[in-house]
Amino acid sequence: MQDVYRTAKSLTKRTMHYCPGCAHGIIHKLVAEAIDELGIREDTIGVAPVGCAVLAYNYFDMDFAVAAHGRAPVMATGIKRVHPDKIVFTYQGDGDLASIGTAEIVHAAMRGEKITVIFVNNAIYGMTGGQMAPTTLVGQKTSTSPYGRQAEHCGSPIRMSEMLSTIPGAYFVSRVSVSTPANLAKAKRTIKKAFQNQMEGKGLNIVEVLSTCPTNWGRAPYESMRWVDENMQPYYPLGDYKQAEEAK
Amino acid sequence: MSERKLFKGNEAVGEAAIRAGCRYFFGYPITPQNEIPEYMSRRLPEVGGCFLQAESEVAAINMVYGAAAAGARVMTSSSSPGISLKQEGISYIAGSLLSPLIVNMVRGGPGLGDIQPAQSDYFQATKGGGHGDYHLLTFAPASIQEMVDLIYISFETGEKYKMPVMILADGVLGQMMESVEFPEMKEPNDPHKSDFAITGAKGRPSRVVKAFDLDPDKMNKLNFEMEARWKEAEKNEVRVEEYMMDDAEFVLTAYGTSSRVCRSAVDKARAEGLKLGMIRPITVWPFPGDAFRRAADKVKGFLAVEMSLGQYIEDVKLAVDGKRPVYLHAVPGGLIPKRDEVLAQVRGILEGKGA
Repeated sequence: MQDVYRTAKSLTKRTMHYCPGCAHGIIHKLVAEAIDELGIREDTIGVAPVGCAVLAYNYFDMDFAVAAHGRAPVMATGIKRVHPDKIVFTYQGDGDLASIGTAEIVHAAMRGEKITVIFVNNAIYGMTGGQMAPTTLVGQKTSTSPYGRQAEHCGSPIRMSEMLSTIPGAYFVSRVSVSTPANLAKAKRTIKKAFQNQMEGKGLNIVEVLSTCPTNWGRAPYESMRWVDENMQPYYPLGDYKQAEEAK
Repeated sequence: MSERKLFKGNEAVGEAAIRAGCRYFFGYPITPQNEIPEYMSRRLPEVGGCFLQAESEVAAINMVYGAAAAGARVMTSSSSPGISLKQEGISYIAGSLLSPLIVNMVRGGPGLGDIQPAQSDYFQATKGGGHGDYHLLTFAPASIQEMVDLIYISFETGEKYKMPVMILADGVLGQMMESVEFPEMKEPNDPHKSDFAITGAKGRPSRVVKAFDLDPDKMNKLNFEMEARWKEAEKNEVRVEEYMMDDAEFVLTAYGTSSRVCRSAVDKARAEGLKLGMIRPITVWPFPGDAFRRAADKVKGFLAVEMSLGQYIEDVKLAVDGKRPVYLHAVPGGLIPKRDEVLAQVRGILEGKGA
C-alpha cells in the first residue's frame, strides 16, 4: 500500500489546543519531522515560550521546559551548557522573542549559543487576545491599536532576522513562510538545516516563520495565508539572511 | 587535614560552592559581590565547570533555571537590586521544585540605594520574594567560616526539600577577610541519575520542567505539596545560636553582621553585671521560633537589632506572640549598628525610660 500520510514520531497523539486555521500545528509538524529525519528525538530538549505555544510540551514527545516570558534563549543556554552533547531548541512567538525577550535573543546570538530557535511571527499577541506586537504592521488593527498601528505613535515594526544577521555570533538566520505548499517545503528544509547546524556544533541558528492568527486577525484561515503573502511578506522578505560562507 | 587560609568572604563563597559540587555559575556584575563571579570565572574552568556572564540578572537567573532543570548543581550571586530582578526567575525555579543556590550580598536600599552593607532584603529573602506562594531555605551566616559551612550543605538540603537555597549575607561578610578552613571537595552530581531532570528522553518517557498548569486544581495541589515540604523543613532544618541565654534577663536578637555587634554588646554588658543574652537565627527561613517562645517565659523583653527598618522584628514578634515586649533597634540605609548605642537603648528600656 502507498504511504501517503504519516504523523511525525516526535509528536504525541494529543489533540492540539490551537485555534482552527492557526499555523502552529503546521510548524510543530515541520519541526517534528526535521527531528524525526535527523533521528535526534531522544537527544533533543525543547524550551516552550509564554504565549500560545506554552503548551508545546504536550505535543512534542521529548524532554521539555517551559521558560518565563521571553527567557527561552537563556534557559536553553543553561541547558545546553550542562548538556553540550544534546540538541536544544526554543520555540517562541513574536511577543516573546521580539518584545519582552529581545535582550535574551540578541545576547544568545552574540554568544553564538549552539542552539536552534524557531521564531513564529504572526504580527500579534495571540494568547492574550490579539494585542499589538512589535511586529504588528503599520495600519494593522489590534485590540490595543484599534485605529491601526500608527508609526508616529509607536514606531514601525521590528525586523528581527535582519537585525540578528548583523551579529557576528549568529550562524544561521533565515525567514520562511508556511503560506503555500512551496513555502512549506522550503520552510521544512530550512528548519532541518537549523537543527543540522547545531548537530555540527554551530550556533546560533534561528528560523523566523511567518505565521497566521485567524482568530485575532478576524480572517478565515485561507484568507489569513493570503494576508501573509500580500501584507507580511513585502515587509518581512523571505530568504536566508545569514549563513556561514562554506554553507552557502 | 586541611589547612586554614585567610580568605575574602566573596571568594570563600565561590570556593565553598565548588567544594559542594557546584560546576555552573551564571551572574551579572554588581557591587559588593563582584569577587564571586570574578573568582568563579578563573576557578570553574580549572575544575571542568562553566562560568558565564549573562547580559542581565534576569538572564542570569534564567540560565540558572535552565541548568538546574538540566539536573546540574548551579548557582548565581548578586546584591539587592539584582536580586529584585532575579525574583521572577526565582519564583519559576521554586515552582519547578529546583534547588539552585542564590547568594545575596545585601546593600542599602531602596532603589539603587548605595553599596554599603544592609539587611533590608529580609522580606524578599524570607517571604518568598517574587509572585506566588513559595519559600527559600534562607541561611544567614555571621562569619566567613559559617558561610562556607552553610554553602557546603546548601545543595543537599535544597534537593531534599525541592527548594531553592539563599545565602542572605551583606557587604561586610562579602568584603572582609577571615581565617577559614574549607571542607573537602565533593564530586559533582551526575544529571543523568536525576529522576526529574531534562537530559534527553533516551529510553524513558519524556519529562517536563515547568511552573505552570492551566488547571487550577493541579496548581492548588502543587501548592499544598510544596507546603508539606516547608513543614518538613521547619521541623528539621532550623538552625539557631543561643548565646549566654541560660540566665539572661533581657535578649538581643539579630542575624548576620548585626549579630556580631550584639555579641560584643552582650560581652560588655556581662562584664558590667548586666545579664544580656542573644538569640541569633542561622536560618531565617525556617525561622527559629521555638528559641524565642522558650525565652519569652523567662526574660523581660527582646531588642531586635537589624540593618533594616522593622523587617526582621516582624518574625520576632510573631514568635514572641505578645508575651513580652519586643523593641526595635534599626539602622537602615547602609550603616552598621554600634555596640554602645545598642547598650544605651537596652539600659533605657530596663530603666523604664522606654525604647
